[in-house]
Amino acid sequence: MRINTLSELINLAEKRNQKISSIIKEQNAKEQGLSERQLFDKMEKIYQVMKQSAERGVFEQVHSMSGITGGEGYRLWLWQATKKGLSGSNVLKASARAMAVSNINASMGKIVAAPTAGSSGIIPGVIITVAEELKKRDEEAVDALFTAAAVGQIIAKNATLAGAEGGCQAECGSASAMAAAAAVELAGGSPRQVGHAVAFALKAVMGMVCDPVAGLVEVPCVKRNAMGAVQAMLAADMALAGIKSVIPPDEVIQAMGEVGRMIPEQLRETALGGLANTPTGKDIKKRCLNNL
Amino acid sequence: MDIFDIIGPVMIGPSSSHTAGAVRLGNLARNILGEEPEKARIILYNSFAETGKGHGTDKALVAGLLGFLPDDEKIKVSFEEAQKLGMKFELVDGGARPDLHPNTVEFYLEGKGKTTRVLGSSVGGGRVLIFSIDGFKTEFSGEFHTVITIHKDMPGMIAQVTTYLSKRKVNIAQMRVSREAKGEKALMIIETDETLPERVKEELEKYEGIYRVMVIGGRMD
Repeated sequence: MRINTLSELINLAEKRNQKISSIIKEQNAKEQGLSERQLFDKMEKIYQVMKQSAERGVFEQVHSMSGITGGEGYRLWLWQATKKGLSGSNVLKASARAMAVSNINASMGKIVAAPTAGSSGIIPGVIITVAEELKKRDEEAVDALFTAAAVGQIIAKNATLAGAEGGCQAECGSASAMAAAAAVELAGGSPRQVGHAVAFALKAVMGMVCDPVAGLVEVPCVKRNAMGAVQAMLAADMALAGIKSVIPPDEVIQAMGEVGRMIPEQLRETALGGLANTPTGKDIKKRCLNNL
Repeated sequence: MDIFDIIGPVMIGPSSSHTAGAVRLGNLARNILGEEPEKARIILYNSFAETGKGHGTDKALVAGLLGFLPDDEKIKVSFEEAQKLGMKFELVDGGARPDLHPNTVEFYLEGKGKTTRVLGSSVGGGRVLIFSIDGFKTEFSGEFHTVITIHKDMPGMIAQVTTYLSKRKVNIAQMRVSREAKGEKALMIIETDETLPERVKEELEKYEGIYRVMVIGGRMD
């Protein structure tokens, strides 16, 4: 992609009076030598995998290989379906679905890395829920995935998407920003509002470390997927309400990358610090190694 | 990165490096052997040894040896599949090896007629590198179409192979040569942009001085 920054992308979308997803589809079709239809079909297949994993994880209690986590998506879904809850049904649905996908991931089930396996619940959780609420057809949800991908690509170019390089802010934070972007476009927001939503989501988790207990993609990953979905929903709402990020989105992305490089190695997926290094975290690790 | 590297790949969880990458490593080792493995000794090092089981790395490696792709839901039951398909395997904890990449595996494979030894690592985001084959130093990802020859170290061997490819309009993206010692066995890795000719293995193996040819068919997902 020739576009390197969000502002380039937003300016181009405004100039042409197009959605971000339209620009991305056109450019990528050209680059990959595919028709836009072929490109869309590829993404459509991916969306179906997302839907299948989210659905299975909310209706079935899915347990991880290690047994440390399981059933979180199921439990929160049941909660929103039977009680009113405090957060509102869309936020609860999005976060239940996010944990559902994360549960499937930890159980060796089929998921879409978006952008990574550890953060794979956030984008499906948000897009499926927003599309359902706004009664959008699958085609529109698939288009929104292109917008999410474009944001991810720009983050990869200017910062990082890897927990080992930038901590959890780079994985769940980026997923949350990508999901927020998709949600804004689905809801009919402007390209500029997409940019602000990206900034809000990333600013919320600036500096978040990657500290997986026993090195497994479970604690705290499953629950951070839920939180990432919530923040994406709120970031989208804030942007749609006309709130603007004081720090421009591209500068926020740069800052995330810079902060990532400052995070000590112990807190970048090595399972040596943070929650992994708590007494309970260490105990779980010991039990895991003995049991398996 | 391609947009489908950002939203994608479709894979079996939980980890791109410890699960999807492990399947790819198994796949590459199988391709290097060039036939169905009947017996496999799989040695896990460093993080693969330490957290591999919780990530299903063991199952993923075995699945790769069976030829499953990273999105195959049978990865979870690959041990049972191996039994059905008659592949015997043994997993060994190789412990800590600071000289190797954190996520490293070594395969000793036996097929009907052939054996091979392959060492490779999962280097992040599901990408992998093969660092040695039968003791020869290598470094390739398997993302390109790759042809590997083991041949006698003598003048003209490289020209023979590159001429063969150029005649078939195959462009070489990268190539590397290493050898045991002058005049002994040498190994050549050629990564190409185009699909390799269908009979490349059979045809190159007819050349004098070429002992063995391995073909790896580009990205597997």
